[in-house]
Order: sequence, then C-alpha cells, then structure tokens
Amino acid sequence: MVKYSREPDNPTKWSYLSMLQNLEQKKSFLISRKKYPKLIAAGMSNFFSKAEVTSSGRPVLLHNEVECHLLSAVDLEPEDHRHFSLLKSGLLILTTHRLIWLLSSSASTPTSASAIPLAAISHIFSSKKSLKSVFHSPRIRFQVLVSSDGRVFDPSSGSGSSSGSGSRSVVVTAVIRGKGDCDGFLVKFWDSWRARVWETTKISSSGSGSASGSGVATGIGGGLYSSDGSVRMVGVAGILRKEQEMWESTDKSLQDAFQDLNALMSKAKEMVMLAEKMRQKLLSGTSSQTSGTNDEDMGSKEEMQDWLLSVGIISPVTKESAGALYHQQLSRQLADFVRIPLERAGGMINLIDAYCLFNRARGTELISPDDMLQACSLWEKFDVPVMLRKFDSGVMVIQNKSHSDEEVFARIKSLVTKPEALRTGISPTDAAMTLGIAPAMAKEHLLTAESKGLLCRDISPDGFRFYINLFPEIDPCNMYFVKDYGICSTWIKAVSTTGLGIGERSSTFR
Amino acid sequence: MQKLGDFKLPHFFNYPPYFTLQPVRETSEKQIQLWKELILDYCRIQKIFVIRLEEEFPLFSNSVVERTLSHEAREAFLSALVAEGRAEWLDKGRRNCLILWHRIQEWADIIVNFVKDNGFEDSVMTVEEIRSGIESRGTELQGIDRTILVRALKLLEHKGKLAIFKGTSTDDEGVKFSV
Repeated sequence: MVKYSREPDNPTKWSYLSMLQNLEQKKSFLISRKKYPKLIAAGMSNFFSKAEVTSSGRPVLLHNEVECHLLSAVDLEPEDHRHFSLLKSGLLILTTHRLIWLLSSSASTPTSASAIPLAAISHIFSSKKSLKSVFHSPRIRFQVLVSSDGRVFDPSSGSGSSSGSGSRSVVVTAVIRGKGDCDGFLVKFWDSWRARVWETTKISSSGSGSASGSGVATGIGGGLYSSDGSVRMVGVAGILRKEQEMWESTDKSLQDAFQDLNALMSKAKEMVMLAEKMRQKLLSGTSSQTSGTNDEDMGSKEEMQDWLLSVGIISPVTKESAGALYHQQLSRQLADFVRIPLERAGGMINLIDAYCLFNRARGTELISPDDMLQACSLWEKFDVPVMLRKFDSGVMVIQNKSHSDEEVFARIKSLVTKPEALRTGISPTDAAMTLGIAPAMAKEHLLTAESKGLLCRDISPDGFRFYINLFPEIDPCNMYFVKDYGICSTWIKAVSTTGLGIGERSSTFR
Repeated sequence: MQKLGDFKLPHFFNYPPYFTLQPVRETSEKQIQLWKELILDYCRIQKIFVIRLEEEFPLFSNSVVERTLSHEAREAFLSALVAEGRAEWLDKGRRNCLILWHRIQEWADIIVNFVKDNGFEDSVMTVEEIRSGIESRGTELQGIDRTILVRALKLLEHKGKLAIFKGTSTDDEGVKFSV
C-alpha cells in the first residue's frame, strides 16, 4: 500500500518517496524481526519515550516548551502494533517540542506519560478525505524515526552516540475518538513540527556550533544517521531527502517572512523582554548624559533605535532628535524619488499624491503616512532640492526649492488680463490648463494670489471664479473717475467690446 | 452709463467680484468703503430712509451681470454704515436699517435754516406740516422720514431751540420754535 501525501507541485516525487520509504520500512522490519526479537518483545510497552508527570497529573514541560493543542480520547497506534504497544484512549497534548500522551481516566491521575519528540518525526501525512473517513474517527498519521532498539528515536539522548541507529521509520496513527478539532490540531501539528523550537534551545544549550540542527553533515561511516544524530545525505534517498528538507526550509522561511501569527505569539515573550531591555538602556543613556556626549555613545544609541524601529517599536527617546537613521535614509530616498513626478506635475505635487506614488514604487515595505511626514520635515536639515510647503487652506505640497511664487503670479496675471478673462474671469481649471499643473494645485495658487491682492473672487451659481483685482485703483471719494491707462479702463474696454455698452453682457456670453 | 432709475451707476457696479464678499482684508476694506458710499448716494438721491433686508432692494442686485448680494454681504455693509454712524438698526433682529445720509445734526441744521428762511422763528407748526407742508416742498425736508424728523426735533429741543408739545387732537405733535 503506497501512502500518498498530496504535494501540489510535485506529486510524482512524493509518491515515489513514500513508496521508497514504505519499501524501506518493510525491509527493515523484516530484518529487525530476525535480528532483534528480544528487543521487540521488550519494546512492547516501551515504544514511546517516557514523559514525566506532575503530582496532579499534568506533564512536566521542558524549558521553553509551550503547549499548543489538546485532544481527548486519542489512541496512538504504531503501525506494527503486533510488536509495539498500543496506547488507548488518552489525552494527546501537542507542544512545541513533543507529542505527549497521557492516560486519562476520571478515576486516577496518571503517573506517567508517553511522549514522541517532534524531532523524531520525519513526516506528517495530510488528512485524506475519503468515503471511508466519513464513517471512521478521524486519524492523524505521521512517521516516526526509530532507533535500533526499536524505540522512538530520542535525539536528546542519542546525540553523540554513533551506535549506528537504524534507518527505520514507523508510521504512527493517532485515532481521535473524542470530539476535538482534528483539522485544527493537524494544522498546529504541522506548524509546531516545522517551527523546530527544540533546535534553537539545543543550539543555545550546547554552545558549540557542531551540534547544528539540520545536519547536512558529510561524515564518515555508513547509514543515514551521522554522528550527531542528524540525517545524512547519501544515495538517491539522500538526494530526495535533501530536496524535501530544502522545500521544508523554504516553506519555513516563507512562513517567517509573512510573520505567521502563531510564530509571532510564541516569540512574543522574547519581544517583550527585548523591548524592555532596549527601553531601559536608552532611557538610562539619556538620563545619565553629562554635558560632553560621547560620539560613540550617540552612534550606538542610534543603532539601537534603528533595531527597535526595524521590529516596529517606536523609539522611546524624543522624536525631535535628529531622527533615527531610518528616517534620514527614507528622507533622502524620497527626495530622489520625487524628482521625476515633480517635473511631470509642473513643479508642485500634492503630498497625498506623492505618498501614493512612493508606496506604489516601493511595492513591499510600505511606509506609513507618519513616516512620510517625518521624512519630508527632515528635508529642512538636509541640502535637498525639494521642500514641503503648507498652504493657508491646510493643503500640503512638495515643491522644488527653485520654484518661485513670483513667477507663478506673473503667469497668472498675464492669464487673467487677457480680454476673455477680463470679461468672464478664470476658474481653477482654466488656470490648471494654462499653468500645466493639477487643478487642485492651481486653486491653491489662485488663492495665494488672491491673498496677495492680485485677484478677487467671484462666487455665483456659475461657480468659483477669479478676476483681476480692480479695487486698488478705485477711489471711494471719486467713484466715477476712471484713470486713462489703468487696469480699470482696460477692463471697461474689454467688457464693452461686446458692443453692448459698459458692463452689459449678452445672455449668450458665458 | 448704466442707470438705476435716475441714479447713475459707477463702472465697477458691473464688476462681478463687487457682489461677492471678499475674504482678503485689504480688498474687503476697499469693497466695503465703495458699497457704503454707493448706498448713501443712492438713498440720498432716491430719498430712501429705510432699507429692509428681507425685501428686494434694487441697488443690491445687478441683472446685467446676474449677481446679487447675499444676505451676509448686505448685513456686513449695513453694519459698516452703522459703525460709522451713518445708519441705525431699527430692530434687534437687524432686519430694518435707518439710513442717515444726513446725520441727525445735519438734519437739525436743515430744520433751523428752514425755519429761518421761512420766518417761522416764533410760530408753531405740527410735525406733519414740517414734513409735508407747502413750505417744505422742494426742500430736503419734504417727505423726510418721521422718525428722523422727530429725532432731529428732539435734538433741537435739547438745545433749547424749540419746544415739542402734544397737540389738542390726539394725532399730532406740535412744535414751537424759538430759534
């Protein structure tokens, strides 16, 4: 019977691999039957590793081991239960390090438990939905590496011994007879197994780099297991196993990259500790500052701020400081980027538009509006050719430093003194077309020109329009007098060329 | 030149921004000044003494450029007149405004001159006679608003130039001059 695990991108490889494994199992089992009959008998009740239990019947967790999921009324059946013991109707606890099985009965508290280290698991089969599975209790199948004495391979005890542990793996089935969430458990099982939390603790505890977790050790000696207990890459099976591990590690790093919530939650404790440590260091640094600040100290403090920022923690030190290096770099990058859109937009671009363009260009690692604002405010301190400008109406724009308001006003004035404009005024759209900028920007310019006394507004059912300002030339004490070559006379001439007398407009004239 | 009745309108009356209350301070100051003068002139020529904001006022709309002063703008200009002392609000709700294109003092002087010109120094007249009597025809006093007239008379009474008394009939008050 070939055991299939459905692998989307390479179905043939998987079935081949599992077929190989199956053949291997058969071979090794037959060998073991001949070779180690005594041990088999002994292994009847000792297939699984032993797990310690507290006085109230809870399993004793290892350092850093965290419980992930729990299922009740579970049977654990090793594949060959004729020779290995069956564990019936217990509590199956999934942790970050092990699968623990506890005999659960209401009468007595369990005194001992069995465990399978996750490190010993070589493969987890995905659940098969078939007609049969509708009627049966759900089953979770996984493959466990078995050492030479027939017991579950225990990496913590077996490391260092080159006893030539067998290349066998046994399929264990967990039959879930209770009401637990089987699919959820399976997902968590995958996650915990892939997370390989036990490896990080092993590295930190061993200290030397020799006991690396994913042993691609090219050691001497035969067999699939190298001296430190990790899997070696030999032969076709080795190549295939290598591919499998590569796939698994890519998958794992992808998961990390997407910051799976589960992984983050397990790292939350570390994060909190780190944040506290950093906060203490930085705060103590600023409070104990004497008049002569050491440059080195400032540098390392800035680095720490950067690290904090990179994990998303806002610097606890004041924001008015020269700004973390991150913001400085962002500021420069933004100044470079915004040059081309500025040219295209005629020298002035709305801050919101610039934000959208910038983020779109970045693709991933988007910046927040707050970052954008800080980056723009930092431009004052650098020598960049762009600046942030806030209009009276509250609109914020990015414009070239070389941009001159006077030049724009001159262009507006020439536009608004054309005969057509003298008669009907100009709208922001007209100005936008002439000046070659966005209508919103044009309106800002017109409003600024108005505030300088260059234009007057005219609000009517026709809309919001601007005219050249005639008021300065009119004398209240001599209202009827019109200067000969002033703007008023120009206006009167323009208005009267419709041939209807001063100020009279035909109804078709808009 | 455009006209509104007999009144000659200035050229900027057809300048559309003239009918929109300008936000920029310098511009709006000029605009308010122009409107104040225009209103006073118009009222003087047309002998209008009261402007009611809720009614149509010919000066506040221009059909040629199709613009009308908003209520806010009207109130702003009239308030400016009141602040200058050339107008008064007749009610708290600011719906009716008394236009003093002559100040009360000026009206008082006009009355004194009128009395002197016609030799009424020691005679008695009713208030209504001052307004619409034969003698006042052709003078500025013709058709003067009663409120204004009474105020002017009271001012003169205060100065001792005349005395106001209630008439024998219940309708009108009389004035005895002692200019």
